[in-house]
Amino acid sequence: MALIDVKGVTKRFGGLTAVSEVDLTVNVGEVHCLIGPNGAGKSTLFKLIVGLYPPTRGTILFDSIDITEERPFARVQRGMSIKMQAPSVFKELPVRQNIQIALQKRFSGAKRVVEEDRLLALLNLAPDSSKLAGALSHGQQQWLEIGMALALQPQLLLLDEPTAGMSPEETFRTGELIKSLNAEGMTVLVVEHDMAFVRQIAQRVTVLHLGKIFARGSLEAIIQDEKVAEIYLGKTHVH
Amino acid sequence: MFKLLDGSQTLGRGPTFWSCFLVVLAAALIYPVFADSYDVGNFSYFLIWIFMALGLCLMWGYGGMLSFGQTLFFGISGYAYGVLAINMGGGSATIAALILSIIIAMIAAGILGYFMIWGGINGIFFGIVTLSATLVLAFFLGQTAGPEWHIGPARLNGYNGMKGMDPLAIGDFYIEGSSLYYLMVALIVIVYLALRMLVNSRIGNVIVATRENPQRAEMLGYDVRKYQLLTFIIGSGLAGLSGALYTSWGQFITPSSIGLPAAAMPIVWVAFSGRSDLTATLVGSFLLLFGFQTITVYSQQAALVLMGGLLLATVMLAPQGFVLGIGKFVADRWSARRRHGSKRALADTSRLQPEET
Repeated sequence: MALIDVKGVTKRFGGLTAVSEVDLTVNVGEVHCLIGPNGAGKSTLFKLIVGLYPPTRGTILFDSIDITEERPFARVQRGMSIKMQAPSVFKELPVRQNIQIALQKRFSGAKRVVEEDRLLALLNLAPDSSKLAGALSHGQQQWLEIGMALALQPQLLLLDEPTAGMSPEETFRTGELIKSLNAEGMTVLVVEHDMAFVRQIAQRVTVLHLGKIFARGSLEAIIQDEKVAEIYLGKTHVH
Repeated sequence: MFKLLDGSQTLGRGPTFWSCFLVVLAAALIYPVFADSYDVGNFSYFLIWIFMALGLCLMWGYGGMLSFGQTLFFGISGYAYGVLAINMGGGSATIAALILSIIIAMIAAGILGYFMIWGGINGIFFGIVTLSATLVLAFFLGQTAGPEWHIGPARLNGYNGMKGMDPLAIGDFYIEGSSLYYLMVALIVIVYLALRMLVNSRIGNVIVATRENPQRAEMLGYDVRKYQLLTFIIGSGLAGLSGALYTSWGQFITPSSIGLPAAAMPIVWVAFSGRSDLTATLVGSFLLLFGFQTITVYSQQAALVLMGGLLLATVMLAPQGFVLGIGKFVADRWSARRRHGSKRALADTSRLQPEET
């Protein structure tokens, strides 16, 4: 069953067509990766799904409900949670308060404090909880934002290049975290171009090229697709 | 609920701070016993403006919305009080006029705020639009000198000013002199504590989150526009409270209280004090108003030049505000001394332990 169903979506910026007639289905319970070379339209499609851009044409369904016209906050209230490409945290507020703001809709009082502590421990940020978020390293800010997204306990977790700027160890840990969340039933859509990371987490992959769907299928099928290798990284790099 | 008074969004916490608060409050309460009625009246006048400054602090410091519209809502409410008090008669009706005039200012803020916030106006443009609206009202009221400009028996009277309204009263008892002063002190305590609770609440969390990163706040499921509108209405409503109290205090209001020089004043008070903290704004605004009034006795031009100089000095030397900077410095020194003291006590205690044999 489709949790996200993008139907014939096009996005134009003046004379530039960034995304053209794209259909994308993300099924309940899968980890779906959206890959493609630079300029393929991945981030534009991501922003269309989260509601930061209105599509020029086409519709977007979430759990069979048309959300094309909805603002991002309304999509989040339906069960989406979003992590943007660049760390987007409240830099002048302490780390704990960042988590608190994400949690306060669902928890209050002592329960919220327990949940804050659990998330801070999960993110390895407990020792830095009273620091300003802006004082964290780039990788830690990425983790903090992932934590804020998780605090909403979403049905669908949307991650745009979640490991950008992370060390290999942090990247691996992020992959394991995504896999464990998926094992608990969370659906995840990841925009990524780090193929090692994609191999670690993906169950299904969609390849975008020049704003159009180029290929889609299981991770194995995409890895073995020579045309994908050609447009993406060159023949020798995907394997 | 009272835990919200001591939250992380407000400086000044713990027994030391609240002891100081009570001492200042006690001093304010006994002041009229020792001062003459002229000075008490002057103090009431300074206190009138504090609400407007606290409202701007909420909008600008906590909500990130630099509004030049404080005197717009001050004027709307001030004129509304005049019109209502003249039309409804004196006595207890003036209390109703006060409340209604604040509500009118808040409705006006709701309408203007809705179009600005839902229209995506933010940053410097928020200041430009609110300033424009302020100047429109000032110019409009400035050309109402003719007799055709009246609402019932209340003449707007252009730059000659609207007059003839009764001061606040309960029955035959006029709230003037010391009683007005005590009313001001009570209102300031209520507004200050209520704002502390607001900014330390869940709503306050979203207000500061919206200031920091509105897109992230929206992506946590908050309709940030509603929180911005709420902040704007409360902050402007406090300017309305100042306006109605001002008209009641002087039984007079003119468009000069709305125009450009007046509109710049709250910005100077709050910037100088430290826009990101309510206590700094309360203390700093009072000090500036006191200083401004003292200098105005000798030269109004000199007082205005001083205000301009203070704004420049704030921008160049202490962008976060002088009072806030001094407050933080004192608080840091105090906590450093306490840490040092407790370390010494610990060392003394360890020296007192019997040596192991």
